[in-house]
Amino acid sequence: MSPDLLIALVMLTNFTLVATSRINKAIQVAVAQGVLLGLMPIAMGLGRHLHILAMAVAAVAVKGWLIPFLLRRAMREVQIQREVDPFIGYTASLLLCAVGTGLSLILAHSLPLNPGAAPPFLVPAALATLFTGFLLLVSRRKALTQVVGYLVLENGIYLFGLLLVEDMPALVETGILLDLFVGVFVMGIVIHHIRAAFDSTDIRHLAELKD
Amino acid sequence: MPGFLVFPTHVALHLLVALLLPPLIPGLIAKTKAAMAGRQGPPVLQLYYDLARLARKEAVFSRTTTWVFLAGPIGALAAGWVASLLIPFGQTPAPVAFQGDVILFAYLFGLARFLTILAALDTGSAFEGMGAAREAAFSALAEPALFLGFAALAKATQSLSLTPMLLSHGAAGGRLTGPLILVLAGWATVYLAENARIPVDDPNTHLELTMIHEVMVLDHSGRPFALVLYGASLKLVVLGALILDLLLPPTGRPWLDWLGFLAGLGALAIAVGLVESAMARFRMTKVPQFLVAGILASAFAFLLLLV
Amino acid sequence: MSLYLTALLLVAASGIPGLFLRKRGGEVAAVLLSLGAVLGLAAAARVLLGAAPSQVQLPPSPLGHPGLLVLDPVAAWFLAPVLFLSACGAVYGIGYWGDGHPGARGLRLAYGGLAAAMALLATAAQALVFLLAWEGMAVLACLLVLTEDRDPETRRAGWTFLVTTHLGTLALFAAFALLPAARFAALPAGFAASGRGTAFFLLCLLGFGVKAGVMPFHFWLPPAHAAAPSHVSALMSGVMIKMGILGLVRVIAWTPDPPLWWGALLAGLGVVSGILGVAFALGQHDLKRLLAYHSIENIGIILMGLGLGLLGRSLGHPVLAVLGFGAALFHVWNHAAFKGLLFLAAGSAVHAAGTRALDRLGGLARRMPWTAAAFLMGAWAICGLPPLNGFVSEWLLYLGSFRALELSRWPWSVALLSALALIGALALACFAKAFGIVFLGEPRSAAAVAVHEAPGSMRWPMGLLVLACATLGLAPGLVAPALDRTVGALGVSAAPLATLARFSTLSFLGLGLVLLALLLLLWLRPKRTVEVSTWDCGYAEPTARMQYTASSFAAAPVAGFRWALLPVEHRPRLRGLFPAPARYESHVADPVLDRAAAPGLRLTARGLALLRVVQGGQLPVYLLYVLLTLMFLLLWMVL
Repeated sequence: MSPDLLIALVMLTNFTLVATSRINKAIQVAVAQGVLLGLMPIAMGLGRHLHILAMAVAAVAVKGWLIPFLLRRAMREVQIQREVDPFIGYTASLLLCAVGTGLSLILAHSLPLNPGAAPPFLVPAALATLFTGFLLLVSRRKALTQVVGYLVLENGIYLFGLLLVEDMPALVETGILLDLFVGVFVMGIVIHHIRAAFDSTDIRHLAELKD
Repeated sequence: MPGFLVFPTHVALHLLVALLLPPLIPGLIAKTKAAMAGRQGPPVLQLYYDLARLARKEAVFSRTTTWVFLAGPIGALAAGWVASLLIPFGQTPAPVAFQGDVILFAYLFGLARFLTILAALDTGSAFEGMGAAREAAFSALAEPALFLGFAALAKATQSLSLTPMLLSHGAAGGRLTGPLILVLAGWATVYLAENARIPVDDPNTHLELTMIHEVMVLDHSGRPFALVLYGASLKLVVLGALILDLLLPPTGRPWLDWLGFLAGLGALAIAVGLVESAMARFRMTKVPQFLVAGILASAFAFLLLLV
Repeated sequence: MSLYLTALLLVAASGIPGLFLRKRGGEVAAVLLSLGAVLGLAAAARVLLGAAPSQVQLPPSPLGHPGLLVLDPVAAWFLAPVLFLSACGAVYGIGYWGDGHPGARGLRLAYGGLAAAMALLATAAQALVFLLAWEGMAVLACLLVLTEDRDPETRRAGWTFLVTTHLGTLALFAAFALLPAARFAALPAGFAASGRGTAFFLLCLLGFGVKAGVMPFHFWLPPAHAAAPSHVSALMSGVMIKMGILGLVRVIAWTPDPPLWWGALLAGLGVVSGILGVAFALGQHDLKRLLAYHSIENIGIILMGLGLGLLGRSLGHPVLAVLGFGAALFHVWNHAAFKGLLFLAAGSAVHAAGTRALDRLGGLARRMPWTAAAFLMGAWAICGLPPLNGFVSEWLLYLGSFRALELSRWPWSVALLSALALIGALALACFAKAFGIVFLGEPRSAAAVAVHEAPGSMRWPMGLLVLACATLGLAPGLVAPALDRTVGALGVSAAPLATLARFSTLSFLGLGLVLLALLLLLWLRPKRTVEVSTWDCGYAEPTARMQYTASSFAAAPVAGFRWALLPVEHRPRLRGLFPAPARYESHVADPVLDRAAAPGLRLTARGLALLRVVQGGQLPVYLLYVLLTLMFLLLWMVL
């Protein structure tokens, strides 16, 4: 697998994510995106570095197994299948995502970054994924979809990280991974409590907590 | 200890005067007032008789009081005695003189006042509390007048010890100059206020509501009351010496100085008696104005010394 | 120095064993802290008695500079009261705040920490160590103030304290940043006169002044002292606020050529703090708030001394410098002793009666004679009455001010003189009120009837402090050599204090006073054989509520200071021949906190509330802000 193919797939998953209304599917796609990105370092031929390899394995394990496990459990608990009535509709989201990806291509070109040996589409893909994550976070109202948005956002950051993967200390990478795990974990608890408190997982209810 | 026990005869005389003379002064005042009113009046030695009688009597205590009740008369008298060691009588130096004794002198009177006020509050009586509050408030105004007078004299004599401060004036020959008169005027208000005399307070009034000092000692009896009366008369002598030392001219002969001082004390007592015969007590609201006038007099004395 | 470090460790760790003990944690903490105090006092005494200053280099911090602790005379002079008073307070705490009280373990932990932070602060000779100890002291003191955090008053006090102390710390950060070449030692000549030097001094004055409680930066002090447990109040008032004085003393010691206005400003602030502090104390109805305002007054006296000393240095009169600095430093010790004593005694009265309101107390002396005696001794000393210690330091200050009259052409020191005289008279009135209303007369409420004497563990520390007051007052000559050494460290070399002030004569007269009083007592033979009720001036049924109250006792002086105190009165309107029952109330609010700071902050809060539109509580909106920021940053980089 060439890195370009992976990047193309990641971009595709972005579009799928903003277009789908089924939460289960969104989780599946986000997980697939995570696994694809986990494979990225190996595709980039960095498998010879032992710590990078270990990190890739850890990333695949966390994103491909642990997080979907947590999310599915949360889904079962709240018994919600679909994201109905988002802040921004699916067609509009898709259009925005397209605009964002286009912008990313332009931005990546003029940003003072030095991709070096990295694949040429790495930076645009990272920006696009970031943007998609934000779009999901801003436009969706169910707590679970928010978590998915957060996952996608993190994937974007991870892609950025690949730019520097050879220089970045393993400690930082581990930190990001741990951060992600804790984030999802905490969100799981929050979802539980939102439901217990408001009998719904609509995050609009959180506004009631404002003092 | 230099300055201490230098002239044994004088020191002995000083102690004798401080110890034995005080009860004579209230007698003189009372006699003057009686004479002015055309009455016979009590004997001059009446207070001596009173003290002897009180010393034999048993004391009655209020159930409310504690040991603080006794600390008042005891502390006030002990402080008065120590203060009497610091002040020169007439033109003879004080038994104890050192730089800064002037502050100790003033604070000893503060101590006496503090303990007297507490003894009054110890009885739990509304009247005695009222007297205590008045004493505390008025003395806060008398204090600056006393201190500003000291400041003026310290500036003039370059000394912080009562003996040189009060006596070098006479020696310099520059008596009764403007500042000196103002200091005397300021201290006269202090003298009347501290000794609870008309026009600040009336020692002979019969209505507790109008008293200051007398109401504070209402509950004392027997020996403690003897201490109160004796302490009050000691105060008349010690604070009187403050004024007399500034007024009396040095004669050069020690025995004449002593005689002059004793005559001066008598004259002061008569003067107080005359004031009491001629004036009425101020309303309570007027008293602070009177004391502020004393402060202003001392302050002007200080200012005059600068120019 | 190892003695000092051991002491530091013992004090700091004194609260730790108590965390793991089921009971007797207070005793263990008191023993550890006292042991540490004894060791530390020995170290301080060695330096004060003439041993060479010792120092220790701490390992370099992550920020690079190696820490430095120096035990010089100034450090030792401030170390001594810190350790002495904290040991007394720890012993007192056994009975006062036992294991049954909420947060007793945490209290002991923070108490030891606070004492250690102050002990460290005294010796800190490097900016980072100083600031760390300073901040540790502030935070731990705040935790201690918040011990009874269920009370909203306490929370407010803690909050005010935290904010104010951090403002002060901020000023110190700025001040230390201005120091040339980041040195934390003697300043080069000419620095003080430069613009930088001016800014440095003013920032130091703000930072240290806030901690010391100088008017008008005092407003955190009364609520915090009133809210804290009493042995903590004693520690805060007795020594913590002196750490601000320590800072100023260090600045003075570093400056070879202080401008004239430094001393004048310090003396002026001292006069204002002294007079207004005691005036506000007179207006208080709360025993511990009253004591707290007296701390402000005494800080004023100390500042007058420092100001006089600085002026003496600037004007070239070393005699004034010796007397001024001597008075200020001696008053630091004296105030620690009598204010600590007063807070402990007040604490034991408040503990027993369950209220701090003066007008609900009364007659405690009959039921708790030891506490009453201790409070009386403290009041005696704080009023500056002979023969106790308060008199000696005020006497030195008087001597200095009088000498200034002789030495300088302009009679500026007459302001100090009259201020001191006025403060003395007002303090006397105020403590006559405090002691008289609380301890004498008849109980004014049921709470004051059901009181009991404090246990021995609370009485012994008070006794020790009474002893300290008496010793320092009757034999000031004993500490004069140590005081000379400390004054010498402030860049003054003149005749020793003992030649300027006749301590021996003072001791002699003081002892004479005591002896005369004893003789009179013997003559009185006070047998209370006949006991009657108080003479009621003919009124048939006097009740305890007819006694003079604290408010009425202080009414005249408070009226005299109406222009500054602005007392608030709620007068009833009486109508008709038979008016309905009515109540009259008056209280004196703190001018800075209640009239300036609090309304100002409320106004700011209202203005800032407009910004809360942005904070809608909608999570997606917040995320949108992040996104927009990110986009903006990206575009900004590109364009």
